[in-house]
Amino acid sequence: MGYKLDSDSLNQFLLNMMPEYDIYAPKRFIGKGRFSDTDLIKYDRVDNSSEIVWDEKSDCSPKEIIFPVNQTLFYFTEDEFKESGYSKKKKLIFLRPCDINGIERLDLIFLKNGSIEDSYYKRLRDNIKFVMIECCDGFENCFCVSMGGNKTDKYDLAIRMSDKNILLDIKDDSFEKYIPVDSNVSDFKPEFIRTNIEVVKIPEDMPNKVRDIHSNSFWDEYKDRCIGCGRCNTTCITCSCHSTKDIFYDDNQNVGERRRIWASCQIDGFSEMAGGMSYRKDHGQRMRYKTMHKIYDFNKKFGKHMCVGCGRCDDNCPEYISFSNCINKLNNL
Amino acid sequence: MCDNPMKPKAYKVIKIVKDTDIEWTFRIEMDNLPHAGQFYMLSLPRIGEMPISISGIGSNWIDMTIRSVGRVSDKVHDLRKGSTIFLRGPYGNGFSLSEFKQKHLVIVAGGSGVSPVKPIIDYCYNNYNDLNKLDLIFGFKGSASILFKNSLELWKGKFNTILTIDREEKGWSGNTGLVTKYVEKLKFIDKENVVVVLVGPSIMMSKTAEKFVECGIKENQILVSYERRMSCGIGKCGHCRINDNYVCLDGPVFRYDVSKKLID
Repeated sequence: MGYKLDSDSLNQFLLNMMPEYDIYAPKRFIGKGRFSDTDLIKYDRVDNSSEIVWDEKSDCSPKEIIFPVNQTLFYFTEDEFKESGYSKKKKLIFLRPCDINGIERLDLIFLKNGSIEDSYYKRLRDNIKFVMIECCDGFENCFCVSMGGNKTDKYDLAIRMSDKNILLDIKDDSFEKYIPVDSNVSDFKPEFIRTNIEVVKIPEDMPNKVRDIHSNSFWDEYKDRCIGCGRCNTTCITCSCHSTKDIFYDDNQNVGERRRIWASCQIDGFSEMAGGMSYRKDHGQRMRYKTMHKIYDFNKKFGKHMCVGCGRCDDNCPEYISFSNCINKLNNL
Repeated sequence: MCDNPMKPKAYKVIKIVKDTDIEWTFRIEMDNLPHAGQFYMLSLPRIGEMPISISGIGSNWIDMTIRSVGRVSDKVHDLRKGSTIFLRGPYGNGFSLSEFKQKHLVIVAGGSGVSPVKPIIDYCYNNYNDLNKLDLIFGFKGSASILFKNSLELWKGKFNTILTIDREEKGWSGNTGLVTKYVEKLKFIDKENVVVVLVGPSIMMSKTAEKFVECGIKENQILVSYERRMSCGIGKCGHCRINDNYVCLDGPVFRYDVSKKLID
């Protein structure tokens, strides 16, 4: 059912849910941005609807709520691995269609790649509901329409924020009980962005071009330009690579934790094996590896492109490398 | 809570054989036996986890031959008989031994690549009638790095076994040079019936495969086994991905006509 709310009733709606849900949304961190006197917008728990940033793209994606940057898998002693605990409270995430589509890509890797589900991802994922923030204008560097990341019906609630009023579409009936009494009903259904400023075209006939694309000197452009910082991977909603790392405690070195930490195919050591052998030492080749995964390899395996066109890689690259431009240049090779 | 696929189980080291100064074979009690060519994730709490192939399969044990070359493997060499080791697996596709039945099997392995093929040879040794013929070519850097010397002696008695070291060495009267040199010397009576297994460094596998193709063996008659960095072994961590293949899921054993198209 649809509702028309004002800012007070929206806040009351959130407050009503809070005993059962932790609410996550894009939040402003003043002065924490990459450049001096700029803010950082990232996902965090909010206690009040006024904390939610509605009109800017978040620098970081919401993936860290389900796939934390740093997650304890086990506590170990010398002869036992004990599984870590987690908060069983349900979570409600305010996010845009591109990010819902992105999380669907994460689901494919963690739950569908191979026959074994990742239990650490699943235990957090199972407790999550989505409030889709209607996004009809997009932002700088977005190319979601080209990638098909602009639309989804996989939301539990949808919200439109405008100066005049707030419109809500409740798809999951279990949320009806939190709506403040006397709220006005509406027939609101969310709309989706139809065009972005950035338009990308993935080369046609990829299966026949793929060998030439891999061996093309085109990638050399990124050899020196890319500094291998991995920011494109960390801010990407769909990058899911990770490593495990053991740590032990200072005061008892036989006791410690095994942690899962994010990994990046752009950073040194990603493919390094015992003995020092590694693949793709050249940053240009790492760019190729990432690009081909995002626009070809993943699609070949799962039937949809990994990249959803959120454009955060372009927003965050310190060397101003544009991924959308890279795809378009590939198309013109 | 669903099963935790990342949780390793404790197993006991029941025997250690020092094959070379840096390569030791650990025999480990095992209730969940692998196929030849599969691997386990081995972990030592505090140090970390790494994929390790199997160099021997018994009725209730497995062998892992581990070269001390990294953070985890160095510490594995601190283990002694009776120590606890943590494992999860087995993972990967492995070799399908039934496909070798009545075939002329040729196994070429270089260095520590001999480990993952040893269970195939052990099987052939005990089930010789299953095969038409077995040729073995092993290459090692030098005489000091030769693995499984006792097994080699046994195998020589049953199979055409060629052992070579990379360079001439004082006191070495055997073969020298790379394994590729010895491929030409093999005799194929029925080329259609040949299956080739290649395991070793990637350059060795591709050069040797090319040699077999020159000899008239088709690419789809050749199997290779890949080694990659892995953090999970179950298709999640992404480290072993090559194009749309995951070495942990789709490999480590690949048909050469498939693997030659993979671009790292």
